[in-house]
Amino acid sequence: MKFKSQKVAYYFFALSMLLFSLQIVYGFIMAFAHMGFDGLHEWIPFNAATATHKNLLVVWILSGFMGAGYFIIPDESDTELWSVPLALLQFYSFAIVGVIAVVGFHVGWFEGRKFLEIPRPLDYLVALNVILFLVILLMTMFKGKKRTTTAWVLTSGLVFAALLYLPGMIWFDNHTVDSFFRWWVVHLWVEGVWELIMGGILAYLLIKLTGVDREVIEKWLYVIVGLTFLSGILGTGHHYYFIGVPKYWLIVGGIFSSLEPLAFLGMTLFAIQMYRKGNKKHPNKLAIYWTLSTAVVSFLGAGLLGLAHTLPGVNLYTHGTLVTAMHGHLAFWGAYASLVLAIISYSMPLMTGRKIYDNSIGHMAFWFANIGMIGMTMAFAAAGVAQVYMERIMGLEFMKAQLELEPHFFVLIIAATVFSIGVTLFIINFLKFGAPVDEAIGQGEEFSALQTS
Amino acid sequence: MLSKKQAKMFFLGGTAVFFLIFIGMTVDTLVNGVPKYTHASQIDDQVRLGRHLWDSNNCMGCHTIMGEGAYYAPELTKVYERRGPEYIKTTFNFPGGWRPNGRNMVEYNFTEQEKEALVAFLKWVGESDLNGFPPKPSVQLDK
Repeated sequence: MKFKSQKVAYYFFALSMLLFSLQIVYGFIMAFAHMGFDGLHEWIPFNAATATHKNLLVVWILSGFMGAGYFIIPDESDTELWSVPLALLQFYSFAIVGVIAVVGFHVGWFEGRKFLEIPRPLDYLVALNVILFLVILLMTMFKGKKRTTTAWVLTSGLVFAALLYLPGMIWFDNHTVDSFFRWWVVHLWVEGVWELIMGGILAYLLIKLTGVDREVIEKWLYVIVGLTFLSGILGTGHHYYFIGVPKYWLIVGGIFSSLEPLAFLGMTLFAIQMYRKGNKKHPNKLAIYWTLSTAVVSFLGAGLLGLAHTLPGVNLYTHGTLVTAMHGHLAFWGAYASLVLAIISYSMPLMTGRKIYDNSIGHMAFWFANIGMIGMTMAFAAAGVAQVYMERIMGLEFMKAQLELEPHFFVLIIAATVFSIGVTLFIINFLKFGAPVDEAIGQGEEFSALQTS
Repeated sequence: MLSKKQAKMFFLGGTAVFFLIFIGMTVDTLVNGVPKYTHASQIDDQVRLGRHLWDSNNCMGCHTIMGEGAYYAPELTKVYERRGPEYIKTTFNFPGGWRPNGRNMVEYNFTEQEKEALVAFLKWVGESDLNGFPPKPSVQLDK
């Protein structure tokens, strides 16, 4: 760690770990409910559980991104963070808004729009909070001596993520228009500007971990984020097929969303190629594992499994079934959850001075979590395909089909248990680091001396 | 070989071009498409109230509508056509929560007007042109 103020990142990472654990608990509640065990219904009905599960995901990933921003931007700009007290204020207000939202879901305080269930008054607080975060980052960049491409890509991703939250806050009378703009937030986040953030964080990690020349990495970063927007902006059309808009979205959405895997493929090839070119001398093996798995699993989950049901002729049947859950779980895990775990694995030794680089708990966490999530994805896939055949092709009633799917949820719960063991081990490692210390300043920087030319 | 500057131009230029196309298509969709496809003139106060109730009770947290939402309870796009208004109204305030096949719905406390509004909203959704969604099954094992 170069600067004392980078320690702020720790708070966000710790919050991420806490919310991630809670998210998994709600996942189990929902999986059991699908199997018919809904004993908690009176206190946590399914619609509260699903809102909590999805919003905890969004909040813990954002918290991870914010932590990443606070860790990376001072390093890249070669200066202390503009204001640590304001960053801490931003952290506590972010955490408080998150808690109010989650408690609110349990007493029926919703906005009821998938992924954007947080009620409107809290939306304004989120917006204020994010503005404060961006001001701190931008001021840090402007007072800094260096302005790197990596820092710009990461920051512009965060700025556009904030701007794109706004269309989701407008009230429209027509449900179709509401849905149309809801996807501006959700799709243009996860298949657009979040990939800028992802590209920025991945580029930073690859520069640090492989020692490959910054200019080479940043050139390919531009190509990849270019591909993302080339396909991803019009790819939004794959959410518009069946919501009451003209048919041209079927063609445009079909073509461009089929191209979306290219950006993820680019990300995968880029990471693997940079790793192969690199000097392989960095001792933090766990960070390398998570960085490479982010690149590979995001291609499988977001790229290939997305492609599997993105064409309109297929999507007509799979839209609104568990096939979507299959794609969603591996996509978020590969692209964003693993990315946050990668930056945590990289930065924690630098912030705390404890060299947990390559321990067996860390490796077990990696394999259990990834294998568990792949098992969960397969369970969702089997359930989803069966659902499509029974309900959409054979005309079975929804609930009759659902009863046939219960064994798949049993498999899901087994796989989710393996996944949870992995995540628990990751958190045990996280706790073993302890809190960041000032003595860690200057540590870990020796590896930048290993850069290959 | 591609230079960093060219890569940057590819990124900025490509993004700008496709964003402009996207905005153009959005305007056309909102001005010419949506009013026709969704019979926007039929959105009255009842439909609006129904939509508000739909959102504020997070019905999408269990059901899907236009295929969007959660996968715990039935797709409701064509529920008006499938079940009719009286059946729909029975489910809301059912004592102990509506539980036809083992899955539990929340027990609501809607007024008659609110029930009517939700029915009006679901009727409006069912009449929108959704490009063939939900698909007609090839066989009807349940009919």
